[in-house]
Amino acid sequence: MGLLTKKDAGLILDPLADNNPITIQVLGICSALAITAELEASVVMAISVIFVLGVGNVVISLMRNIIPSKIRIIVQLIVVATLVIIVDQVLKAFAYELSKTLGAFVGLIITNCIIMGRFEAFALANGPWKSFLDGIGNALGYGVILILVGFFRELLGSGTLFGVPVLGDPIAKTGLYATGYENNGFMIIPPAALIVVGIIIWVQRSRNPALVEEN
Amino acid sequence: MHELKMKYQGKKMAPAFNAFHTFLYSPNDITHAGGTHVKGADDLKRTMNTVIMALVPILLFSMFNAGYQHFSAINDFPENFSVMEHFLTWDNFWIGIVKVLPLVVISYGIGLVVEFIFAVIKGHEVEEGYLVTGMLVPLIVPIDTPLWMLAVAVVFGVVIGKEVFGGTGMNILNPALTIRAFLFFAYPTWMSGDKVWVHGAVDLAGGPDAISGETVLGFLSQNKEFQYSVSDMFFGFIPGSVGETSAFLCLLGGLFLIFSKIASWRIMVSAVIGSLVMGLIFNQVVDLGWVGETSKFYGLMNFDFWKHLIVGGLAFGIVYMATDPVTGSQTNRGKWIYGFLIGFISVMIRVFNPAYPEGVFLAILLMNVFAPTIDHYVVRGNINRRMKRLKNAVILPKDSDSKAEELKAETV
Repeated sequence: MGLLTKKDAGLILDPLADNNPITIQVLGICSALAITAELEASVVMAISVIFVLGVGNVVISLMRNIIPSKIRIIVQLIVVATLVIIVDQVLKAFAYELSKTLGAFVGLIITNCIIMGRFEAFALANGPWKSFLDGIGNALGYGVILILVGFFRELLGSGTLFGVPVLGDPIAKTGLYATGYENNGFMIIPPAALIVVGIIIWVQRSRNPALVEEN
Repeated sequence: MHELKMKYQGKKMAPAFNAFHTFLYSPNDITHAGGTHVKGADDLKRTMNTVIMALVPILLFSMFNAGYQHFSAINDFPENFSVMEHFLTWDNFWIGIVKVLPLVVISYGIGLVVEFIFAVIKGHEVEEGYLVTGMLVPLIVPIDTPLWMLAVAVVFGVVIGKEVFGGTGMNILNPALTIRAFLFFAYPTWMSGDKVWVHGAVDLAGGPDAISGETVLGFLSQNKEFQYSVSDMFFGFIPGSVGETSAFLCLLGGLFLIFSKIASWRIMVSAVIGSLVMGLIFNQVVDLGWVGETSKFYGLMNFDFWKHLIVGGLAFGIVYMATDPVTGSQTNRGKWIYGFLIGFISVMIRVFNPAYPEGVFLAILLMNVFAPTIDHYVVRGNINRRMKRLKNAVILPKDSDSKAEELKAETV
């Protein structure tokens, strides 16, 4: 690691697995449930959050010494809202159909607990470079789970990946459908995301018992 | 066999082996000297077997009914129906063997494989809980359910419904109903409509020989007339999920379970009362003219309140599902509330569910979730009452001469 010290690398890599914002901290669940029925939406959402959190962390970190602590939440909200509006406008300009699918959820990145959580917990107390790495790392950890859930839900629920049929044509009964296979309508509805996330948490914790909480 | 058990003691596969051992033999463990031993014959295995015995008549009936519905749908219903001539025939039974038996085999086979895998991984004994679930599952699905769907659903139901919570006795949801709900949401085209309830209807659909087997509730939800008499509905000569049709056999099974003290009569009685109350409310609403004949709920709302008990899965659900001792309420007062709400909500969902005129499994699952809450408040209520009694008792002057006053204070 020439570019990154070991500690810096930890900032990016920890949130990917052992300190994952979704599976360990259980933050940002709402959007993970709502938009993961399709892989494409999951990927776009992940990229949006990476942008917002990466840039937002740097901005907050640069301003951390001049923000009066009494109004810091408002300042944070203004920063994140500005970034989210940029993302929203870019999506509307270049991927209109997709922005309709994501609907309100791009706007709701503002209220994503992960973002406010990282601002409060990290960016207010660390320098811009570290904050940037931390933001990217956490957003990546969020994105990885989102894409994983989106992959299973789209594959099992619609038989497609990125909208491309991979299991054959369900109407013409080709490919796997010729054997009588049918798409699982359960995977389309949001409760299925809860169960898929639950299974991911289960698998992760049984592979690494250190993560299991005391109760 | 006993020696083999000792030999495998402590090995990885021991739980799997022990499962066969306890299934085939009585245990060779002896009670230790000293201490008091309570010996009861009604262990988990006995309990489960009793429920299965109560289910066997229903299974046999469902096999005959499978064939009866199939041939009646093709050749029209017989003019002068006689049980021996038209119902208990080998042709009917053969359809039952071909269609129902595979469902049973898949349900038990897949479910027990999952149970064994989990027992070996976690190193606990294989529990008997699946014996009943495995028998219930084939009875609550439509007859033409593809076997692979059933297999997927069983894996889901046993893993998510039971094993993640720690296995038999720890589950908050009834595994059989979890399986049914999974099928309902995952493959709705195979779980509702007028084609799935009679064997062959799906294959023949669209062709010149197309047959239809709408359930009574299906007819009602479309405000259509149906040709089944009350005795047909009571004895179960109607289309429906494999084993749910015969309210008569459910009644017998229910009585058997009550007298063998396996199932709670409180839950059954209160669930019946709950469904009757809800049915009466709907009847009243119609009588008052609040719901016109054009309303899409008219058919189901106008259905005589007591007939709700003999169509659909309500009787089956009340007797075999709601009374599950693990997922139901534990306190006596809680059982009354729990059962009442199951009946009440079942009929409510049945009437208002736009996609599928049945709601017993949803109602029972919902109340499964609430059962611990009900118990909590029943227990709290009891504690509060006793605290109050205790407070009143303390106020009592101990040196009071009047015995009568003392007694009065104690019974407050």
